[in-house]
Amino acid sequence: MEFRKDLFQNERDDNLNVVGKGVQRQDMPGHVTGRSPFFDDHAFEGLLHLKVVRSPHHHARIRRIDTSAAERAPGVKRILRGADVPVNKNTLLSLINFGKDDEPTLAVDKVRYKGEPIVAIIAESEAQALAARALVRVEYDPLPTVFDVEEALKPGAPLVNDTYPGNTFEYHEKYDHQKLRFGDVERGFSMAEFIVEDRYQMSPIEHAPTETNGSIAAPEQNDRFVVHSCAQGLFFSLGTAAKIVNLDSNRLHFIGGTVGGGFGGKVDSLTEPLSILGAMMTGRPVRYVLDREEEMLYGSPRGAERIYIKDGIARDGRILARHIRSYFDAGAYTRLSSYAAIKCTAHLPGPYTIPNVASDIYVVYTNRCPSTAMRGFGITAVDFALEVHMDKGAEACGMDPMEFRILNAYRDGDMKAHRRVAKNTALIECVQVAAEKARWPISEEAKRQSSLTGGGGARAEIPATPIDENGRFGRPDTRNGRSTQTLPAGTMRIPMTKQPIMEGSTDNRAKPPAVPQYEPYRPASAPPPPAYQPPPAPAPAPAAAPPPAAPAAPASQHGAHRFSSIFGTRRR
Amino acid sequence: MAKVPVQFRLNGSDRAAFADPADNLLTVLRRGLNDFGPKYGCGQGTCGTCSVLIDGELRLSCLTLAAACEGASIETVSGMADGPNLHPLQNAFMEHFAAQCGFCTPGMLTAAKALLDRNPNPSREEVIDAIAGNICRCTGYEPIIQAILSAARGMPAQRRS
Repeated sequence: MEFRKDLFQNERDDNLNVVGKGVQRQDMPGHVTGRSPFFDDHAFEGLLHLKVVRSPHHHARIRRIDTSAAERAPGVKRILRGADVPVNKNTLLSLINFGKDDEPTLAVDKVRYKGEPIVAIIAESEAQALAARALVRVEYDPLPTVFDVEEALKPGAPLVNDTYPGNTFEYHEKYDHQKLRFGDVERGFSMAEFIVEDRYQMSPIEHAPTETNGSIAAPEQNDRFVVHSCAQGLFFSLGTAAKIVNLDSNRLHFIGGTVGGGFGGKVDSLTEPLSILGAMMTGRPVRYVLDREEEMLYGSPRGAERIYIKDGIARDGRILARHIRSYFDAGAYTRLSSYAAIKCTAHLPGPYTIPNVASDIYVVYTNRCPSTAMRGFGITAVDFALEVHMDKGAEACGMDPMEFRILNAYRDGDMKAHRRVAKNTALIECVQVAAEKARWPISEEAKRQSSLTGGGGARAEIPATPIDENGRFGRPDTRNGRSTQTLPAGTMRIPMTKQPIMEGSTDNRAKPPAVPQYEPYRPASAPPPPAYQPPPAPAPAPAAAPPPAAPAAPASQHGAHRFSSIFGTRRR
Repeated sequence: MAKVPVQFRLNGSDRAAFADPADNLLTVLRRGLNDFGPKYGCGQGTCGTCSVLIDGELRLSCLTLAAACEGASIETVSGMADGPNLHPLQNAFMEHFAAQCGFCTPGMLTAAKALLDRNPNPSREEVIDAIAGNICRCTGYEPIIQAILSAARGMPAQRRS
């Protein structure tokens, strides 16, 4: 491994105990001896096996479920249906009070994706559970389906998830997308020499862990249940399971943390609630493990995204405006997609300083398998699109793609589109090292650039941002309409009531003010912001004094300080 | 279904279990004999994490009927170490960080042992070929290859079998 000590050398700390040194992992002896306790590596007397009946339809009304033959099958101990699940509607992020319960553990009246669980069979052996599963008769009335995110938003599209009648996740129960507005993109486009627009379509990606999702739950002393789980977030899974089976969380004893590959695909608690419910109903240990086919087809994947990007680029290569519209395919239920769109919005417009940025990110329901977390979900896909788009932008203005990135890269002290000052930036150095490694020739001027200098100043200012007559940023369909007001330059945030309510709500909560009051951000010694001024152009060649607004480090600060986004000071 | 007895040597000890005639060896090892070394990854013979040695031959226990192992000698990762002394392959895997989540590691070690047992000085290509049936989803193949080559180089002759 190579450590580039020439980069950020004033901020390095070479006296760290672990970073930069080879340290043996404490779980390694268990891994090489086969003793690491994965969830399935536990012996239980009288272990029962659970298998679920899954929908063969992408979207259908369930007319009738007949389990009578399965109940009489050899070895079957218990059959669970939706009515047996104490709280048969949940959404994962309800644990942090985010989003509405929208997904049953076992479908009752409708199935909304192919593979949705409907009935659970618990039997003495896996083979008996599988044999009994084939005896369950479910009658369906197939319903119209929708698999395309933009088709799902059209009027008359099939309603996927009754909890969200618009086929979009609703943020704070009132917004159908995540919105970012910084400056005036339309004005930026009108000033641009080149306009580069394109569409990017991702595919769902299955995590494909070598260990499939699963869990074993067993009655324990003191009326508790022990749960051996593959969960990546053990206590997240405990909270989810406690809610669904309606037990106090202190009656669940989760054991785990040894995960046979997760990558995000083991945060959904796909199996724990039914294992526990099975153990409650039978009084015996119950094991519910997805087989490989179930894991690949019905274990939730990375959601597919459709991304539209429009860039306006000046003759000299500076990006003046960027507009992004994206549709995140949640599948039939929310799971963690609502969070993906927030992460995506916070990440935009990528690691570049662009004076005018707008984005609208939707979470859309379709009749696909619900998608979930996976390694930077919400970020990686849009980064792919942004970087391909950067190459196209470089081509459009006739620049070298590496130098195009260095020219537009953010630097310490720059204002990011979500109105936080950039710090710990390192894109310029990354591009320089990548060019060096690839023996990609870049100019001497590009080699002289640094993330530490040239940022801040005019680049730290918040531009004026157009708003509509109601004081809102405006829906995307009115984006090209005339703005009747302007959010003054320097405005940090629009205050929002803590409990936003849907318009027309009839309950007793106070209505939010019709026109929000703005709180312009004023630095202590700065003059009041001007009403409107052209967006500050990023300076192509820095060589300037250290930026005034940079949180830049005094010489005594160490690496941990620079790269900590949370702590202002470093504890020693 | 009536259970049938099945007896074999497992890591040097005589063991017996009752199994369904259709049970595969992986199920009997894990649920019948509590040897949790071999893992279930696919049940289709594609991932290699259930690999065991049957009479010295590398086999996929998920595709092997338990009843067919009557009287055989079976080795799993659980019997690889000699008491507290790890097999050179195990030490090499530790030194080379050749495991991330650890789930494919038992199968990788078993496949590597099968290779070194018949070819004590494999080339890099032979190592790659030997673990071609084992999937590491954390994609740590390079450290695994390095560990196996290093173990082959450092193994004293008497420990090679």
